[in-house]
Amino acid sequence: MLPTDVSRPDYWHRVVDCQWACPAHTNVPEYIRLIGQGRYADAYLLNRESNVFPGILGRTCDRPCEPACRRGRVEEQPVAICRLKRVAADLKGEIRDRLPRGPFRKNGKRIACVGAGPASLTVANDLLPLGYEVTLFEKLSAPGGLMRSNIPAFRLPESVLDEEIGYILDMGADLRLSTPITSMRRLLEDGGFDAVFVGSGAPRGKDLDAPGRHDSPNVHVGIEWLESVAFGHTTSVGERVLVIGVGNTAMDCCRTARRLGGRDVKVMARRDRPYFKASPWELEDAEEEGVEIVVNHAPREFVVRDGRLQGMLFDRLEWSVDAQGRQRSRTIDTVFFPADDVILAIGQETAFPWIERDIGIAFDASGQPVVDRVTHQSSREGVFFGGDAAWGPLNIIWAVAHGHAAAISIDLHCRGEPLDRRPPQGMRLVSTKMGLHEWSYANDYDASRRQKMVHVDLERRFGDLRLEVEVGFDAAQTAREVARCLNCDVHTVFRASACIECDACIDICPVQCLTIVRDPGDDLQALEARLSAPRAHPDQPLYVSGPLPQTARLMVKDEDVCIHCGLCTERCPTSAWDMQKFDLLQPYAGRPACPT
Amino acid sequence: MTYIKKPAVRHPGLEKNALGLTLRDYEGSMSTLCAGCGHDSITAAIIRACHALSIAPHTVAKLSGIGCSSKTPTYFLGGAHGFNSAHGRMPAIATGAGAANRRLLLLGVSGDGDSLSIGLGQMAHAIRRNLRMTYILENNGVYGLTKGQFSASTDLGSKSRRGDPNVVPPIDPVLLALSIGATFVARSFSGDKDQLVPILEAALCHDGLAFVDVISPCVTFNDHEGSTKSYAYVRKHGLPVVHADFVPPADPITLEQEPGTTQIVPLHGGARVRLTKVAQDYDPRDRVRAFAFVQEHLARGEIVTGLLFLDESRPSMHEVMGTVETPLVELPYESLCPGAAALDAITEQWR
Ligand SMILES: Cc1cc2nc3c(=O)[nH]c(=O)nc-3n(C[C@H](O)[C@H](O)[C@H](O)COP(=O)(O)OP(=O)(O)OC[C@H]3O[C@@H](n4cnc5c(N)ncnc54)[C@H](O)[C@@H]3O)c2cc1C
Ligand SMILES: Cc1ncc(C[n+]2csc(CCOP(=O)(O)OP(=O)(O)O)c2C)c(N)n1
Ligand code: SF4
Ligand code: SF4
Ligand code: SF4
Ligand SMILES: [Mg+2]
Repeated sequence: MLPTDVSRPDYWHRVVDCQWACPAHTNVPEYIRLIGQGRYADAYLLNRESNVFPGILGRTCDRPCEPACRRGRVEEQPVAICRLKRVAADLKGEIRDRLPRGPFRKNGKRIACVGAGPASLTVANDLLPLGYEVTLFEKLSAPGGLMRSNIPAFRLPESVLDEEIGYILDMGADLRLSTPITSMRRLLEDGGFDAVFVGSGAPRGKDLDAPGRHDSPNVHVGIEWLESVAFGHTTSVGERVLVIGVGNTAMDCCRTARRLGGRDVKVMARRDRPYFKASPWELEDAEEEGVEIVVNHAPREFVVRDGRLQGMLFDRLEWSVDAQGRQRSRTIDTVFFPADDVILAIGQETAFPWIERDIGIAFDASGQPVVDRVTHQSSREGVFFGGDAAWGPLNIIWAVAHGHAAAISIDLHCRGEPLDRRPPQGMRLVSTKMGLHEWSYANDYDASRRQKMVHVDLERRFGDLRLEVEVGFDAAQTAREVARCLNCDVHTVFRASACIECDACIDICPVQCLTIVRDPGDDLQALEARLSAPRAHPDQPLYVSGPLPQTARLMVKDEDVCIHCGLCTERCPTSAWDMQKFDLLQPYAGRPACPT
Repeated sequence: MTYIKKPAVRHPGLEKNALGLTLRDYEGSMSTLCAGCGHDSITAAIIRACHALSIAPHTVAKLSGIGCSSKTPTYFLGGAHGFNSAHGRMPAIATGAGAANRRLLLLGVSGDGDSLSIGLGQMAHAIRRNLRMTYILENNGVYGLTKGQFSASTDLGSKSRRGDPNVVPPIDPVLLALSIGATFVARSFSGDKDQLVPILEAALCHDGLAFVDVISPCVTFNDHEGSTKSYAYVRKHGLPVVHADFVPPADPITLEQEPGTTQIVPLHGGARVRLTKVAQDYDPRDRVRAFAFVQEHLARGEIVTGLLFLDESRPSMHEVMGTVETPLVELPYESLCPGAAALDAITEQWR
């Protein structure tokens, strides 16, 4: 069996589960260590490098990192990565003097961004320091995209949004508010821009085509309704509210409704819990606020009498699996739910009525623009898409990741270089050994359980629409949560030539990661059968060494539940193992990573 | 020495034995031996064997003398009884403990210094009595604890770390054991758990003294070029002649029994061991030929390994001496101390 190729960053990167899962590949373990050392500003800036909005994301991120976190495989709960990010943002103090500060020497290139959501703002963040002139055209009267217009202030305070958007605008972005782009042709022909980035999001809420839909003004489209609440146009709602759909938008709608006067608020779901789209923590928060979640009810029609909404009829469904393994529903009966308002939260989609179809920007059959997955360029050179506009609704951190990638493309495009010759990622691996039993990281396993976020009490919540619900971790919680991180970026790096096959590392490993096996050739199954503990997650990498000097057997490490305690390294008499800290060096526009 | 303790966190998929215990439940305190010491690997093999046999730790008495090897009982079976005796006196303590409580599973750990120098007489008599115990000799060819002096198992010509050759001929513990009537004799290597663990499993089920000589390199004082007990030397010169598969009582024998190469030997308590010849001319049931074979190969510088000799027919000390079945602690006071009249009667017998 060939030894695992560990010469490129991908192998090590993948072992850092959180960083690998993060679309922007934020260096999570390193910033958690910085928080542990009280270096909040350093932690914040490290975060900002890749995710641009640590304060915003520390409250609202979809957290793909957490389900990936190794801690969740070792015990039950992942590290509260997102909450720790917020700690750094809250406690960092003044950092303005450590951000790129203009005026920058102009390079004469002009970039237009359509929309001022997180995708466009990231493009601006990356390109402004390089001397680009970046103009952001925004339809609404404030920047931030859905972060401002849809994410309720009780989850994301305005001050946090203003601060982090401010850091970017202050680099000299040209923000044009209340300026919708109504013709792409005009923008391209008359704007004089060298490149256009479309970060207009997925602004159209899906409607429900059911009888009675348009017979009452009390039926609302969720994202429009949230926007009108955010901008102060809607300040109340009826006592009985039905929210249709069970995604994240539905959660924000029902919780907002509770604050605007809704007393009996129900979320109506077609299916049962395992199929809900909303994140578990959002469901929990909604239920804590007294929202009832009704499962297996499909909307049938709106009941409107004398122009007044009475409520809705639903089909009560029973689900089963047919012979082909498909989910089938059967209607048991039809039931009526009274309501004063109904809010539709069944999804959103992109809408490009302002892009002419004859200007070289191709759209596919479903009306989506044709966009390259890597370069973000459309079929028209110099026009790029990112964020929700590119492939439909995702989330903030994906919008940021798209923004970084698009900025690299725009920079290459403006410099006349091919877009596919992208700067590669680099890496650094440095030993953490400081002394006989000393490491530059805390290697002891801390058995603390995940810390619980404290919420302000319900009465205060419902009295103030904009009061942030989550209090944030206090110092003791932070200290405990930081210690739960397993430092997955401090890798066990093996040097086969030094191993004397004494088994010390294998015997000491508390979680049975290591095995020395006779070379099984290409037979992966034979190798798996020999592992010291069953291979629970075949998607987790195996690290296979070259032949060991004395017997030509192989050292195999199942990375799955390694807690990075370094005991293998401490017990190795020949330093065949070393604990080395990995830094993923990511390229950004105009800033290639160091060569590997 | 390691500063952080092995944390209690365990692999979520770790196998549980019949007692519901995992491997981790058979550990002891953190080892204080040098990193890479063969003795630690034997400790790990003992842990595996006890886990596989679902031995309840509190039914075991760990016994040892003095030396790095004799320190190791602290590092396994934290829930067992233990006794660190004076240098070389482990067999006497084991004999007493066994006589007092036949139900204890005796697990003795000793070194080449502890057993072949100061304790040679002790070891020989325990073997001769066929005391029911597992006797592990962790053999590194030096006095590790006292900084690496040659021991009684150092081969002629084997060099010290400073480069001086040994000039006094060694005692081979396997030949010694065979010659004084041992009923279970094995030799293995700390760096080969595939061989060692089943041997230990069989040893723990043997009805008599199971003698296991385990070559166990001392990384600090005897793992250099010129040593005949280094990892590299043992790997190069080791000669496995018979492979032992331990078959638990409940398991059927699955592999075909090939006459001539495979023998199934029943052990105490329903378990069996399947012995497969690796060397054609070797017979683990023939003491005289086994002795000759080991001696011949020793002369050629080869280290013969495997479960080298097994004889389940000889009675253990308990049968020979007629020791009492019930542990002494469980006997009523009147039986243990029958009073002056009974003593007088005994004395009267010998007048
Ligand atoms: C209710 C709700 C809650 C959400 N909660 C979360 C959450 O907690 N965490 C998370 O990660 N994600 C959340 N999301 C998703 C997240 O907000 C989006 O994925 C993200 O904002 C997309 O960023 P973007 O820059 O692509 O577009 P957007 O944020 O949608 O920004 C696009 C901007 O472009 C403007 N625009 C559109 N068309 C034009 C035009 N023609 N001319 C000028 N301007 C235009 C829009 O007004 C808007 O300001 C939520 C979404 C919704 C609807
Ligand atoms: C009566 C007595 N004599 C001498 C010593 C010194 N001493 C301690 S350990 C040891 C030798 C141990 O050698 P071995 O049994 O091979 O153990 P190792 O450390 O090599 O595992 C000696 C001579 C002692 N502790 N007690
Ligand atoms: S660092 Fe080494 S000893 Fe610790 S869990 Fe990982 S492989 Fe095992
Ligand atoms: S502890 Fe070191 S020398 Fe011993 S087997 Fe492990 S890697 Fe090899
Ligand atoms: S001195 Fe030798 S025998 Fe003793 S612990 Fe160290 S390596 Fe093992
Ligand atoms: Mg010794």
